[in-house]
Amino acid sequence: MVTEIKHELVKIIVANTEYAVPSNLTIMKALEYLGWRLDRGVGCRAGFCGACSTIYRLQGDHKLYTGLACATMVENGMLIAQIPISPANKKQYNIEALKAEPNTMLEYYPEIAKCISCNTCTKACPMDIEVMDYVQAALRGDITQAALLSFDCIMCGLCATRCPAEISQFNVGILARRLYGRYIAPKYKQLDKRVKEVEKGIYDAEIDKMIKAEKKQITKLYNARVREKD
Amino acid sequence: MTVDPYPDYMRESINKVEKTRDKRAKETIDQCSPDEITDVLNNFHPDFIKEQKTKLRFGVSKGEVVPLEVAKIVETKSVLNPKAIDLKKIDFDTDILIVGGGGAGANAALWALKSGVKPENILIVTKLRMGDSNTTMAQGGIQAAVRSVDSPAIHYLDAYGGGHYENDPPLVKRLVRDAPLVLKWYEELGMMFDKFDDGTMDAIHGGGTSRKRMHFAKDFTGAEIMKTLRDEVFNNNIKVLEFSPAIELIKDENGQVAGAVLLNLDSKEYIVVRAKATILTTGGFGRLHIQGFPTTNHYGATFDGCIMGYRAGAPLKLMKSVQYHPTGAAFPEQIVGLLVTEKVRGKGAQVVNKNGEQFCFPLETRDVEASLLIRECVGKNNGIVTPTGQPGLWLDSPLIEVIHGEGTIEKNFAAMVKQFGRFGVDMIQDPILIYPTLHYQNGGLAINENAETKIKNLYAAGEVHGGAHGSNRLMGNSLLGISVFGRAAGISAAKKVGKVTLGKLTLAHVGQYNALCDEHKVKNPPSPIIFPDYTEAKHKDRILPTDFLI
Ligand SMILES: Cc1cc2nc3c(=O)[nH]c(=O)nc-3n(C[C@H](O)[C@H](O)[C@H](O)COP(=O)(O)OP(=O)(O)OC[C@H]3O[C@@H](n4cnc5c(N)ncnc54)[C@H](O)[C@@H]3O)c2cc1C
Ligand code: SF4
Ligand code: SF4
Ligand code: FES
Repeated sequence: MVTEIKHELVKIIVANTEYAVPSNLTIMKALEYLGWRLDRGVGCRAGFCGACSTIYRLQGDHKLYTGLACATMVENGMLIAQIPISPANKKQYNIEALKAEPNTMLEYYPEIAKCISCNTCTKACPMDIEVMDYVQAALRGDITQAALLSFDCIMCGLCATRCPAEISQFNVGILARRLYGRYIAPKYKQLDKRVKEVEKGIYDAEIDKMIKAEKKQITKLYNARVREKD
Repeated sequence: MTVDPYPDYMRESINKVEKTRDKRAKETIDQCSPDEITDVLNNFHPDFIKEQKTKLRFGVSKGEVVPLEVAKIVETKSVLNPKAIDLKKIDFDTDILIVGGGGAGANAALWALKSGVKPENILIVTKLRMGDSNTTMAQGGIQAAVRSVDSPAIHYLDAYGGGHYENDPPLVKRLVRDAPLVLKWYEELGMMFDKFDDGTMDAIHGGGTSRKRMHFAKDFTGAEIMKTLRDEVFNNNIKVLEFSPAIELIKDENGQVAGAVLLNLDSKEYIVVRAKATILTTGGFGRLHIQGFPTTNHYGATFDGCIMGYRAGAPLKLMKSVQYHPTGAAFPEQIVGLLVTEKVRGKGAQVVNKNGEQFCFPLETRDVEASLLIRECVGKNNGIVTPTGQPGLWLDSPLIEVIHGEGTIEKNFAAMVKQFGRFGVDMIQDPILIYPTLHYQNGGLAINENAETKIKNLYAAGEVHGGAHGSNRLMGNSLLGISVFGRAAGISAAKKVGKVTLGKLTLAHVGQYNALCDEHKVKNPPSPIIFPDYTEAKHKDRILPTDFLI
């Protein structure tokens, strides 16, 4: 059943030098194929951490593309450069002292008012987030919308790299999400109740009894559990 | 027209899966009986292959059964030549050194801070960037017994039985007892857990749970936790050194741990950190590729913390058991090994063989589920083999929408839809191919419920430790574990630092360990390795020494 597949080679240009690599590789694996042992621009290797931000051009195409090296396949004529760290504007705040008010976002990141609605950030985002829309929501003071729209952000910084208004969108996003999570989303009341019970030590005796129980006894208990219906 | 990512023979099998889907939607398979569990584990779990294990020959845990790959990396000399290090010049003098910038590390830092340690007296050092970690990758959720039908005691039983009664009971107690507390703190920090309109957090089953207690933030639970904790670390001016992995612990003349030697990955200089408390939060070992399995883990998961701790005299435990996640991607080739979260089965997707038949209960504990899948493929030959030779079974994702309605997959598994979509596979329309993948380091450094190791001033928390999860961790208990024990480490270190006085610094323990290696004539390459090496051998032979450039 197993058939060896030979992949055609494609030309990529890294550090202004041309190499031939198999066409089935991601940019990240292509670099390793070239003999590079990576110590930068690499993290989860799965599109979750934003460590592998990459910009590239394609042959015969004037556009500058953005992508994650771990999740973008090489293409013939790809001209590649990585941006492993995004120099960003991060404001410091004490989340407990903030208020989720319409102008909070603007107060910390006044530059969002300079957004020219060019949508470049949205086009640059490897997570297909409506980046411009969340920046605009933040500008309008719609924290909820900014939080929900930016939720999938992996903070790769590619949007910020491309923004003509020099906004660090992803830091705007996390502020919105934290304001939403702390102040706007309804609180889980049963959780408060359970915390109090735990602090009173209500469950300790029952657990201690299990700790002291013989293996046979505890095995019996375990095997007798009834699984709650889905 | 879009090209079918699946070759014809796989498509034919998918057709069979589709044919049986409606019938299967109503079909349930019983969970395995205790006897069946023993049988399938013994015959098909990779941990039970004797030739793949060995006993450590020296060090504090001499005799401990470990995978061959672990022995190779533990029974070896240090990459550091202790004689080449000048410990008199201290680059950073701190109260608390935290090694590892993942979830456990961030928790330790923030709780040390909350316990009164000043931010300038806390130092986090990490291998890649702050937050590049397994924590960021966790999708499924975090367990906490909050609902009124649930209780920490039930949680205890699930975790202890699920861990095959090999867990340290006091650790399990702390794990389940503190769970609501850490979840509450996370809510206060502003993490966006999925909630109903009245504020109740959504909760689902994970493998081995008897109550629905997995709380989640879509399929970005770990990312949501990590992004928020990192934001807090930055908000509080806690110092972070990135791209500066620790390579050995430093002790003092009285045998207490007193900091670490780091490596600056750019200048290749060493950095000496003196600390009154050192907390290891370096995470797991997926990148050792035990038994050749692909892994779900991030690039820096190379067992460094356990190695450093072991050389300093801290015992390892439960290293015999390794967690293989039942459902890693098996196709397409670019994402082999990456995680398909258990929640997909939690939402109703069944595991189905090449003939479209369901053959097991989809939510057994992970070790049992993985073994059942391996049996179906290897033992019964009912799997599908991809063009690159990777065996796999179908995870019938479209079934989720048959049960819960259209849009459910996109709403709950956006990250995964994207991950497969990038390579042309549409998991809403088609099932996805999966096979067990190396996921979690069940064992690790032994600690007590305050996250203290056996060595003075040395703490460990998170995946680097062994004990809370026994020989099989339940889904959602690791994000919980890093939160509970990261917090515990921060609090207990903060309490102790005032009373610590350090003597003269030394790396004698490293020298002694190296001597033991000589005695046992080990020939393994030195460790820790810091990063896996995915370059081909042909390059190795041609590498010139470049020290003259530094
Ligand atoms: C894909 C995936 C999905 C998961 N899903 C879930 C889930 O749904 N629920 C759940 O409970 N658990 C889940 N887990 C497990 C859980 O995410 C991890 O076990 C947990 O997050 C580990 O946290 P940690 O802080 O101990 O380690 P990590 O988060 O891995 O952090 C370790 C840190 O230490 C650094 N480091 C390593 N070596 C050194 C060194 N020598 N010097 C300095 N720094 C170093 C690393 O770079 C990293 O920053 C999942 C794991 C993976 C990989
Ligand atoms: S919003 Fe910006 S930082 Fe976030 S994922 Fe998209 S491009 Fe990256
Ligand atoms: S790139 Fe900058 S200016 Fe353009 S839409 Fe995005 S935030 Fe606004
Ligand atoms: S390495 Fe994490 S997103 Fe690419």
